[in-house]
Amino acid sequence: MLRYAVRRIAASVPVLLLVTLISFSMMHLVPGDPAAAIAGAGATNAEIEAIRLQLGLDKPFLVQLATWYGGLLQGDLGRSILLNRPVWQAIVERLPITLPLALFALLLTLLIGIPAGIIAALRANTWIDQAVTGLAMLGVSVPSFWLALMLIVLFGVHLEWLPTGGFVPFSENPVAWARSMVLPSISLALLQIGLLARITRGTMLEVLRQDYVRTARAKGLPGWMVIGKHALKNVMVPVVTVIGISFGLLLSGSIVIETVYGMPGIGRLIANAIFGRDYPVIQGGLLLTGTVLVLLNLVVDLLYAVIDPRVRYGS
Amino acid sequence: MAAEAVLAVGALPPARRFALTRRLFRHRLFVTGLVLFGAMLFLALAADWIAPYSPMRMQFRARFRPPGGAFLFGTDNFGRDIFSRLCFGARLSLGIGFAVVVATGIIGTATGLLAGYFRRLDEWLMRVMDALMAFPAVMLALAIAAALGPSAANAVIALSVVYIPRTARIVRATVLVVREMDYVQAARAFGGRDLWIIWRHILPNSLAPLIVQLTFIFAYAVLAESILSFLGVGPPPPTPTWGNMIAEGKDYIREAWWIAMFPGLAIAITVLGLNMLGDGLRDVLDPRLKVQQG
Repeated sequence: MLRYAVRRIAASVPVLLLVTLISFSMMHLVPGDPAAAIAGAGATNAEIEAIRLQLGLDKPFLVQLATWYGGLLQGDLGRSILLNRPVWQAIVERLPITLPLALFALLLTLLIGIPAGIIAALRANTWIDQAVTGLAMLGVSVPSFWLALMLIVLFGVHLEWLPTGGFVPFSENPVAWARSMVLPSISLALLQIGLLARITRGTMLEVLRQDYVRTARAKGLPGWMVIGKHALKNVMVPVVTVIGISFGLLLSGSIVIETVYGMPGIGRLIANAIFGRDYPVIQGGLLLTGTVLVLLNLVVDLLYAVIDPRVRYGS
Repeated sequence: MAAEAVLAVGALPPARRFALTRRLFRHRLFVTGLVLFGAMLFLALAADWIAPYSPMRMQFRARFRPPGGAFLFGTDNFGRDIFSRLCFGARLSLGIGFAVVVATGIIGTATGLLAGYFRRLDEWLMRVMDALMAFPAVMLALAIAAALGPSAANAVIALSVVYIPRTARIVRATVLVVREMDYVQAARAFGGRDLWIIWRHILPNSLAPLIVQLTFIFAYAVLAESILSFLGVGPPPPTPTWGNMIAEGKDYIREAWWIAMFPGLAIAITVLGLNMLGDGLRDVLDPRLKVQQG
């Protein structure tokens, strides 16, 4: 186990280094003068120079790179140009908005996606299966930001059941807070629900074909016990992977969803940075998500190795 | 080993190829997908003939017209005909998607083949691919497009960078299996050159999973491009793309829902069609992938 863990951790070090390097290089992808691009069309030379100085773009490339890594080691992700504050701080401040949104969406995904996939697999090739499969396919095909707009039209404008957007802090009014979260969470969850339902169904079908399921049936276990005890446990393995992937999807999904619903979270922060060419925020957001995802993958892999010895000894 | 199930589409004799086509056209999902995607492709190709107005023509007396009458899908805030913009938007949205498929297909396949065949290249090539795949696809594409600036070409570049590693990984996985097969070993024993072996034996065997993967990438690319356009880093207005049409409709969603609704439907139909095509192709070409991708 230890050997596997060491090998796996060692393998993720170069990936992490590359993730930081790719994030850093975003600023240098800007054609021409990044400082001028950030300052915008109407900027004076003095303004452009000020930005160049602030971002250290006047220094040689390698010095910039060293400064960037030096900053990272101290937890410094750079400074937002639009907000004029540290990127790290801007992200942390918005966490209380995006985190509950992502958690609600994840909860919806698990509560709907997994049962839907299991039911479809157990009733394979019936109308139930076809309905679930069809809906799941629709879920992964509909653009989430468009669905968000259509939900606003239906539930906000026509039926007037829910607010059309905006965000109410929990401390101000918990009921209004919950209501303002409903449509964004649904819009954000849809893609993941479809994805998870498809994968759960596929895995479940595979598991049901396995010998140990047949053995369990043959020895006379009741159907619910075969499913609950033998099948479900094995279905959970790929499902955990998908939940890991979900984190990235939820974060990138929140960029458009928070924009549509006018929620001042991390997604909105990044969307504004994209609109306003606020490269430090883009770099910081990219770096943070990439790093978290690499580490998340590492943890998931190590967990697998703990649960399933085949992973440790394989290859 | 499931290796025998790998179908070499390119290497099939004509009779088997015909049987394959027949099975595809009997596959309900595939045919439905073909119809849906075909309809949107038709809009794009025939835009010049079927669009009743120029996509740019502003008729200020006919602003915010609801669907129906002279304007099938209504008009937008500038009095432009939404149906006409949708047809021309299809051109750009599908065009970008297709360009991404071509770029990804060529570069991703080359990378995957090299990594899978030349083991010494594998280590560092795949580390780079891993790093690129560590980011959420849409977020990385947004960052690259924001850095390069809003244009159709840059959208293609941004999306290709994101999807090349995903293609390379699939191709590499197939190569790793195929290169150990007896006939490849035999070809090597006979002194076949590496590039010739790749071209003659490895590539045809990687084709089935590659075609399936590229169909899905087409779907993702259309979806992702709409997000790029929606956030203003795709091809800039007034040139219509489905994504920037929805972005323009967003501000009038309370009064004029149709501006945003129809382009979104077009995206959904296209992506749904491509996903169905992909599932159908996978079922027929490469059944062993079925579970892997869910």
